[in-house]
Amino acid sequence: MELVCPAGSLPALKTAVDNGADAVYLGFRDSTNARQFAGLNFNDKRAAEGIEYAHAKGSRVFCAINTYPQPDGWEQWKGAVDRAAAIGVDAIILADMGLLDYAANKYPHIARHLSVQGSATSHEALAFYKDNFDIRRAVLPRVLSIDQVRGVAKHSPVELEVFAFGSLCIMAEGRCYLSSYLTDESPNTRGACSPAKAVRWQETPQGLESRLNDVLIDRYGPGENAGYPTLCKGRFEVEGSVYHAIEEPVSLNTMDLLPELQELGISAVKIEGRQRSPSYIADVARTWRRALDQLGAHPGMFTVAPEWRNTLSGLSEGGLTTIGAYHRKWK
Amino acid sequence: MMKLSLGPILWFWSKQSVIDFYARAAEWPVDTIYLGEVVCSRRRELKPDDWLDLARDLKACGKNVVLSTLTLIESEADLRRLRRFCEQDEFLVEANDQSALQVAIRNHIPFITGPSMNIYNTATLKILAKQGLQGWNLPVELGKDTLAQLIKELDQEGLDLPAEVFSWGFLPLAWSSRCFTARHYNLPKDNCEFRCLEHPDGMELRSRESQELFRLNGISTLSGSRYDLMRELPDMARMGVSTVRLSPEHQGMDEVVRRFDQVRRGEAPETDPLALVEAPPCNGYWYGKPGMDLVGE
Repeated sequence: MELVCPAGSLPALKTAVDNGADAVYLGFRDSTNARQFAGLNFNDKRAAEGIEYAHAKGSRVFCAINTYPQPDGWEQWKGAVDRAAAIGVDAIILADMGLLDYAANKYPHIARHLSVQGSATSHEALAFYKDNFDIRRAVLPRVLSIDQVRGVAKHSPVELEVFAFGSLCIMAEGRCYLSSYLTDESPNTRGACSPAKAVRWQETPQGLESRLNDVLIDRYGPGENAGYPTLCKGRFEVEGSVYHAIEEPVSLNTMDLLPELQELGISAVKIEGRQRSPSYIADVARTWRRALDQLGAHPGMFTVAPEWRNTLSGLSEGGLTTIGAYHRKWK
Repeated sequence: MMKLSLGPILWFWSKQSVIDFYARAAEWPVDTIYLGEVVCSRRRELKPDDWLDLARDLKACGKNVVLSTLTLIESEADLRRLRRFCEQDEFLVEANDQSALQVAIRNHIPFITGPSMNIYNTATLKILAKQGLQGWNLPVELGKDTLAQLIKELDQEGLDLPAEVFSWGFLPLAWSSRCFTARHYNLPKDNCEFRCLEHPDGMELRSRESQELFRLNGISTLSGSRYDLMRELPDMARMGVSTVRLSPEHQGMDEVVRRFDQVRRGEAPETDPLALVEAPPCNGYWYGKPGMDLVGE
């Protein structure tokens, strides 16, 4: 199984490669990818440097162009595919059918991966993308349980990549419009969820408040850890009770499932987090490299070492991890 | 004149409520009716055969009937139910995910795409047009500027693909493997006791300042405000929108349909208040603003 790591900057890319990433994924410095953060991502020159560095060390580079262009953005998004091809990426991660078609026709030799934003949750959906755009690989949404992943994997016409570690989206990706309902940006349109420009922090007599476009997302008492106000992770009121009505602020960690994922023939595990620092990437990549190496060396005897678990817990939102929907009861 | 459609019922109602609702709808001035369970695979008050029977009844009443597929396909069982709709040739199919697209295309069944299909540009429409696309719904987060450009580009391409716009009701915004209704009652999803039946218009989710943000409806999250494009109908007609979609609610729907019918005919709508589930109105998406905004009041 391949280890696919995020790179939001050239130092992060180098760190990921140095710590054992088989592949890194990056995006351009605009809204053509689903992690549009100020100061993050690559211009063409930096991306080319990154590719040179990765290739010299035997790693591959994928470029995410996984938002959905509207008519007035079509030329820019198409241009992003051209730029990715020009700098020599090993694969392009796409979600939009129009762009997949463009890439398949213009650059048939460059592998196309279906982004998680493409929302394919069944082998029939994967067959649609395979038949129409000859994708090589697809990234599965984080909503599927391990049994459901098993069902998809059994009949999948393409390689599968699954999320291993990082932030947890509990909505089917690529079809979540919650962010654009409260702000004017969504992952699909602008590559942003709960965008920083709409966030406001405020100390009040009731506690520290986080707001998104003025909507109160959460309020923290003394001693409570305050997290980024991703709108689905706030505390809200439903029929008189106040709680994390949609999702708790926890991270996804599927390391315990590695033997099962291997048995299902999953091709790659993906680390979320292009917005993370190089030191975070180093710790996560190193830990997962060790786990995958142990899995490869002693299949059937894999156990998660306590120090790996500690490292990953320390890097998680609220210090908590879950295997998410992979565990049916969670649902 | 623009057509009026009744979208699929997004809530979980008892079988009798559904049958009664459509018995009334048969008399309303709507042109197209979408039938089927589009939210949760555990909602089986009506079996696929029941939906097909209902479809035939409504067709006999002169309605154009479309069968809508489940939005989030997660299992082989979901695919089996999907095939019942995508392998018949009696009715048009509304494909709500790419699994439905694939099965419909393989069986040469003509289809339209629902609002949860990511149609953001003309290139995407052209690909689907070659494979049986008969019409499409604008994704809810897109507005009039994008729609106008898409209609113009389709026209330049010589493609006749009628556009439908979700114009009234709580907006379907997200789908999850988690059930938020079951979560509220501390029940596992697989043993949810079908609590959604107690909430025929969902459960309100408010901020701690009592702002209505969302409506929880099983595995789906809808807008807390009601999308209402009644005043925008003349704009839509000028732009070339083909169909105006109204999303079913269990109260006052006959009046809603009647008023939209008046407005599409150029008559002034009645102004006395509707007996509806109370919710603030919104129309932000249409104007390229946050969806919850209300422009022009």
